[in-house]
Amino acid sequence: MQQEYDAFTKKYFRTDRFPHIWCPGCGLGTAIQAFVKAVEKSGSDLDRTVVVSGIGCTGRAAGYLNFDSFHVLHGRAIPFAVGLKLANPKLNIVVLSGDGDLFAIGGNHFIHAARRNNDLLVMCVNNFNYGMTGGQLAPTSPLESSTTTSPYGNIEPSFNLPWLAASSGATFVARWTILHVRQLINTTVEALGKRGFRFIEVLSPCPVNFGRRNNLPEGLDELKMYQKHCEVANFSDPRLADIKWSEKIILGKFVDQEKQAYEEKIALLSQKARGVKRG
Amino acid sequence: MSIQSPRSVSFLSGNMALVEGAVKAGCRFFAGYPITPSTEIAESFARRMPQIGGVFIQMEDEIGSIGAVLGAAWAGVKSMTATSGPGFSLMMEHIGLAVMLETPCVIVDVQRGGPSTGLPTLPAQSDVMQARWGSHGTYEIIAVSPNSPNEAYTLAIKAFNLSEQYRVPAMILMDECVGHMYEKVRIPTEDQITILNRKTPHDREHYLPYEPNDDLIPPMAIAGEGFHFHVTGLTHDERGYPVATREAQNKYVLRLSDKIRKNEEKIQEVEQFLTEDAEIVVVSFGITSRPAIRAVRLAREEGMKVGLIRLVTIWPFPEKIIRDIARKAKGFVVAEMNYGQIVYEVERCARGKPVILSPNLGGEAHTSEEILDKIRQAK
Repeated sequence: MQQEYDAFTKKYFRTDRFPHIWCPGCGLGTAIQAFVKAVEKSGSDLDRTVVVSGIGCTGRAAGYLNFDSFHVLHGRAIPFAVGLKLANPKLNIVVLSGDGDLFAIGGNHFIHAARRNNDLLVMCVNNFNYGMTGGQLAPTSPLESSTTTSPYGNIEPSFNLPWLAASSGATFVARWTILHVRQLINTTVEALGKRGFRFIEVLSPCPVNFGRRNNLPEGLDELKMYQKHCEVANFSDPRLADIKWSEKIILGKFVDQEKQAYEEKIALLSQKARGVKRG
Repeated sequence: MSIQSPRSVSFLSGNMALVEGAVKAGCRFFAGYPITPSTEIAESFARRMPQIGGVFIQMEDEIGSIGAVLGAAWAGVKSMTATSGPGFSLMMEHIGLAVMLETPCVIVDVQRGGPSTGLPTLPAQSDVMQARWGSHGTYEIIAVSPNSPNEAYTLAIKAFNLSEQYRVPAMILMDECVGHMYEKVRIPTEDQITILNRKTPHDREHYLPYEPNDDLIPPMAIAGEGFHFHVTGLTHDERGYPVATREAQNKYVLRLSDKIRKNEEKIQEVEQFLTEDAEIVVVSFGITSRPAIRAVRLAREEGMKVGLIRLVTIWPFPEKIIRDIARKAKGFVVAEMNYGQIVYEVERCARGKPVILSPNLGGEAHTSEEILDKIRQAK
């Protein structure tokens, strides 16, 4: 069992980089573990699987994963991934990054890649704050939450990420938490097998920088909160997927549709442009 | 729309000629965002790329454009973007990333008047220092500056070659005049062109992405070929792993700079005109070099011994060449379309000889007479 585990770990992680930098109680280990288990289960070609991360705690994922992996600028993982995929459509690209990275500084790239239906799987580990810089307000921080830059309580409404993704044109939209590991793995396997712009939000505790300022001082406290408030309801209206601490949090798949990916259209465009010459 | 490969002699604008040169160099990926006066470059690529199996994508902004260019470069495709001042400003952080990851790519800045929105349709040469220093940190880049559509073609090839060879972003600093002027462009034949490609690794087992060869340049793996490499914008070691120490910073950042500095004489190109016996040497580049040539001729007619050095490559600055000229010359006139940028580079290489600036804040190119006046002053 241990041997099997070690072999699995060596296959998917750069073990020479351990120990990792993530804090005790952080959900990232679970989220990333779920991701690699999904890769294993999906039978993806590891040589062609590429991970791109931005900056932040989740952004460090690329550095620990034993794929071709890119740790790029804050907020810019998506455009980098767009270029990689267009230049070599045989690659399977996964963008792994955090909520601040993807939806504050990188928000514009997210909505446009979703609109174009670029063939990417974007996984956002949402811990409701900027963890790496010490717990500042993020565009996902719930109303009233206390962070180092909202010491009197957050007055900004937060993004509803499934709705944002769905309304921007994503072909696949789902949300799980790191408490729902099995579901997260299965959904990721499913998403890896599809084309187009796919988005999975993974709710994850950040006890050290967020939880302790918001009555969830231990990692486990936030998991208990998930257990209490989360409700699995596939194909719910994503408009109802807002996250408020004291109300129900909808999990599951929101969108799953077939749409021609941008890369397929580019290939057709090339045929069209060359065809004109023959005619 | 028919496929238009250029004829051996074509009548093209600088922007269009640049696109054809880039295509000849092997560029097969362009990402960009519309901005005057560079837009024709994006438009030409939009038409051209699908014809030759390349990719054109209009991104949501200039940050996304250069981000996609870097991604494409790491998938093994020669890639570029084109913009003007405001977009160039937005690209600065990614230029630093390109330097840090040692990513070959070409960035065109068709310069217009600034600061800010400035003069969108009119020329300037005021992004010269921004090209050199615009991103934070210590680094070197390469920049070339064509003064004609014909040279926009040849320097596009040169920029790609240098970028591939040294794994560094190469910039083409054009200006609105050269970008929009139409002139005869001689398309070279295959045997007149050299195309250089990045070094690639072969040993998957022992590959270290940042282990340089003796020339200080590491071979570059591309995504999807089984190397399972990692790269990061953090200061890193030979494995590509982040290391936050002074030693790692010193070692890595020194090499990034030295791979250019130690090869600068191989990179640099200047054109000299009547400098042999010149007492006053005019230094200029891009569109400004054209009125400057006439100014030199007019000065010669007045009996003054005047020559011209035209910077074809601006960065790395041809320090040694200017120092050598300064031994004999009595003074310099620097004509540039700004309020003094390259003049300071010339000054530090001028061995104490007087250096006079012929400034121009942009909007219209210098007249020869303006430059001639400065030559008379230098005399």
